[in-house]
Amino acid sequence: MATIKELSRKPELLTGGHRLCAGCGASIAVRQVLLGANDQVIAGSATGCLEVSTTPYPFSAWKIPFIHNAFENSAATISGVEAAYNALKRRGKIEKKMKFVAFGGDGGTYDIGLQSLSGAMERGHDMVYVCYDNGAYMNTGIQRSGSTPFGAATTTSPAGKVRPGKPQQRKDLTQIIAAHNIPYVAQASISHWKDLVKKAEKAFSVEGPAFLNVMAPCPRGWRTPNEITIEISKISVQTGFWPLYEVEDGEWKLNFKPKELKPITDFLKPQGRFRHLFKPGNEHLLETAQAEIDKNWSWLKKRCGVE
Amino acid sequence: MKWNIKDAEHWSWKKYPEGALILEGGNAAYYKTGGWRTDKPAWDEEKCTQCLICWISCPDSSIIVKDEKWDSFDYDHCKGCGICAKVCPVDAISMHPEGGEE
Repeated sequence: MATIKELSRKPELLTGGHRLCAGCGASIAVRQVLLGANDQVIAGSATGCLEVSTTPYPFSAWKIPFIHNAFENSAATISGVEAAYNALKRRGKIEKKMKFVAFGGDGGTYDIGLQSLSGAMERGHDMVYVCYDNGAYMNTGIQRSGSTPFGAATTTSPAGKVRPGKPQQRKDLTQIIAAHNIPYVAQASISHWKDLVKKAEKAFSVEGPAFLNVMAPCPRGWRTPNEITIEISKISVQTGFWPLYEVEDGEWKLNFKPKELKPITDFLKPQGRFRHLFKPGNEHLLETAQAEIDKNWSWLKKRCGVE
Repeated sequence: MKWNIKDAEHWSWKKYPEGALILEGGNAAYYKTGGWRTDKPAWDEEKCTQCLICWISCPDSSIIVKDEKWDSFDYDHCKGCGICAKVCPVDAISMHPEGGEE
């Protein structure tokens, strides 16, 4: 893989001037993913912060062809673009090699776009789907999604006297997509850029569908200071909340193996959305959160053949 | 492709391309988000080791690298989030209140 200095010679495909919040993780994820592409890329995005903020008409922050679509169908749209490209190529109307990528937030991927994503993966289109996961519907004002962690306060799972934030655990989308037995599935984080760019490179280079789930914190929804976006993603990896792994042709591989995981409280404490978990009397909730991490971590280690 | 959208707010519907196309990729750069900033980053050339981690961590593509070397901040678009200062391993970037003394 190219070094960071070599990568810096690549053209910037997402310009500044988009309207994402200061400290947003989504645009960092997009920039790092696009650094992994070596051919012309065509992108699409599910409705969400990324789409509305990078393409407020008549502006576009994308220096590559970009197609607008609805919340639930970014995978379907890009799979259609890929099919059209193949048809034109067969007739000799296009020769240039092109790659196709669909972006979606966790709302547009875990919940609303799951059926179109599953369909596109199953049909075997040569495309990459990237989920930038910030753990709630941030664009519409921080509503809970299937990716929102246990205990997080959102506007639809508020923390109050009766309910301590979201009562359910989050679902594991990366494993759901891995179960589609596609050539490449990986989980990455913007804090580990080398790992992420390498995974993006692999995802773009395989023939057939590839899926990346990228940790991309939201300072607004997580109630964290703008400047700790990268730091908190690093902690999410170190605590085992967001393990870095990949599934290549059915081979599971753990990419980050700390000797010992940091306690989950390291990840929860800096975030305002978990503040209530640290009030006296709520210790059992922290224990529940930790137990879930431990369970998933040992399962994943077993799956990857790591002791 | 150059597409003049300077007076777009006064356009009638007839002037918009069919299908709500945006005819120039990357024209968001004309929109200056630098005014959002409350803290301004400053760079210390002597401390910088050219690791470029600030560049790959910037959400606003606002760290300009030329010939593999740190070149400048794009103050037209930098929103002053402070990520660059935070990720710098040698504290070569510091944040200062906008409008204050340098």
